Amino acid sequence: MSSTPAITDLEQLKSRPAVSSLMAWDSAAVKAAKLDRDELTVYIDSPFIRDACFFLRDQQSFNFMSDLTCVDLHPQNPRFEVVYHLLSHAKKERVRLKVQLAGDDPVLESIVQVWPGANFFEREIFDLFGVRFLGHPNLKRIMMPDDWKGFPLRKDYPVEGYR
Amino acid sequence: MPDRPYRAGSSNVATLAPSSDPDSHTMVLNMGPQHPSTHGVLRLVLEIDGENVVRMLPDIGFLHTGIEKTCEAKFYQQVVPLTDRIDYLCPMINNHCYVLAVEKLLGLEIPARATWVRVMLSELQRISSHLVWLGTSALDMGAMTVFLYCFREREDLLRLYEMVSGQRMMTSYFRIGGLALDLPIGFLDRVRKFASTFEEKVDEYEDLLTNNPIWRQRTRGVAHLSAEDGIALGASGATLRASGVDWDLRRDMPYGGYENFKFEVPVLQDGDVYARYLCRVQEMRQSIRIVKQTLEGMPQGPIKANAPKVILPEREKMKTQMEALIYHFKIVTEGFSVPAGEVYQAIESPRGEMGYYVVSDGTAKPYRVHMRSPSYANLQLLNTMCEGRLIADVVAAIGSIDIVLGEIDR
Repeated sequence: MSSTPAITDLEQLKSRPAVSSLMAWDSAAVKAAKLDRDELTVYIDSPFIRDACFFLRDQQSFNFMSDLTCVDLHPQNPRFEVVYHLLSHAKKERVRLKVQLAGDDPVLESIVQVWPGANFFEREIFDLFGVRFLGHPNLKRIMMPDDWKGFPLRKDYPVEGYR
Repeated sequence: MPDRPYRAGSSNVATLAPSSDPDSHTMVLNMGPQHPSTHGVLRLVLEIDGENVVRMLPDIGFLHTGIEKTCEAKFYQQVVPLTDRIDYLCPMINNHCYVLAVEKLLGLEIPARATWVRVMLSELQRISSHLVWLGTSALDMGAMTVFLYCFREREDLLRLYEMVSGQRMMTSYFRIGGLALDLPIGFLDRVRKFASTFEEKVDEYEDLLTNNPIWRQRTRGVAHLSAEDGIALGASGATLRASGVDWDLRRDMPYGGYENFKFEVPVLQDGDVYARYLCRVQEMRQSIRIVKQTLEGMPQGPIKANAPKVILPEREKMKTQMEALIYHFKIVTEGFSVPAGEVYQAIESPRGEMGYYVVSDGTAKPYRVHMRSPSYANLQLLNTMCEGRLIADVVAAIGSIDIVLGEIDR
């Protein structure tokens, strides 16, 4: 039941093309990287996320956005991690991008321009976590009723809801 | 035209206001949530000009039960029954994805027999899910006979699931680290019997539809999707393969022992409803081919991994060994802790890429479970497929992308 420890050394992870190419593209964009259980995670600074997605899609053949979700790390700061799972059909490889956001006003750029399929996923995060996406064409609640108060998947929201 | 905004239904979640242009002839039409061809509770707000769809807005969330939030309050094993309820047409495939994700977090080695049984049942589930899809989507378009034939075979499969797990639909048969129970006596013979006759049954469905002129006129060139649009919109599964993208996670990124089996991935170029139909029918043939291979080579041996801290001990040991009793007590009362980390596990569900993103903080309950459901992404294709087309083709398009609303709303 033992797993090999995660590699977090950025220099060591430069052997991965996704990391090295992103660093070569803009070294300020990559904050950290992690290789854990054969899954590569790259932490992207929030202002760069949309351009990083454009870059990975066009230059690194990560043509498919598998998943887009969010994790609430309350009460830690930065509180939110927006998680992107990208897939390359050509390389048969996945990469996970993460953007960390502060809790008071979580906002970042939408990637709907890169992958229109991100539309529903970003609406779901907005609905359930209260993270806003700039440039989203229709940022409305998707699961909950329009007049719902609060964001149910936040950790400070009780499992049974407010009664 | 009145100047007050048009409100579709009582909710204004997805409201399309008709064009303010006085020459416009459009009207707004609500389709669903109670509409037989939406396969669940999907509401579509359509702006139509005569028989043509001008704009379309899907409105979802009617079935939202907060499964992701509930998962955070359960022990790892207790999440398995919840995964059944996401996609009720292929519960075991959802179980499979979730247990693979947690096993990856734990670093568990699964014995060969358990892996093979999982593959066999997953493929049977793929068949039964495709049968429901074929039956209902043909029914939507007026071909009633196929529905009866498909449900006849599905019934056989449900009896097999009942035999193996005690339940016809919400099976919860897979466990983290293996299976709940070994296969019952005579089960493999029944699967063998089913597998030996199933291909003829697929021929029967094809006799009814493939060369049927009405069916072809109803489906060919309808709801077209290009490969570029499909990839940009996050489409996956047979919907994408029918548009010419040769991608199947079972073959391209094998998981859970699929590398041991030989099968072909049907890929079609047309990208219309007919191509999706052919693709799924061929997939059923390939699935039965995999089932036959599992029947031939089914290994003997244990069905649970050797991890006493994670897997409940056998009943016999519990009554004779102190240690087994302690482990049993601990696992049942406080669960088992999973090393901190995160995993994204994706599998090929009948509808496409089903992904589970599980985050662990080292405790006995998952910190976050996110399901990337294929239907959720595929639902976004509807606009591309339907806008500018006839309203009657909307029904064909919904049927062809094979959505399950339980999985969309979670």
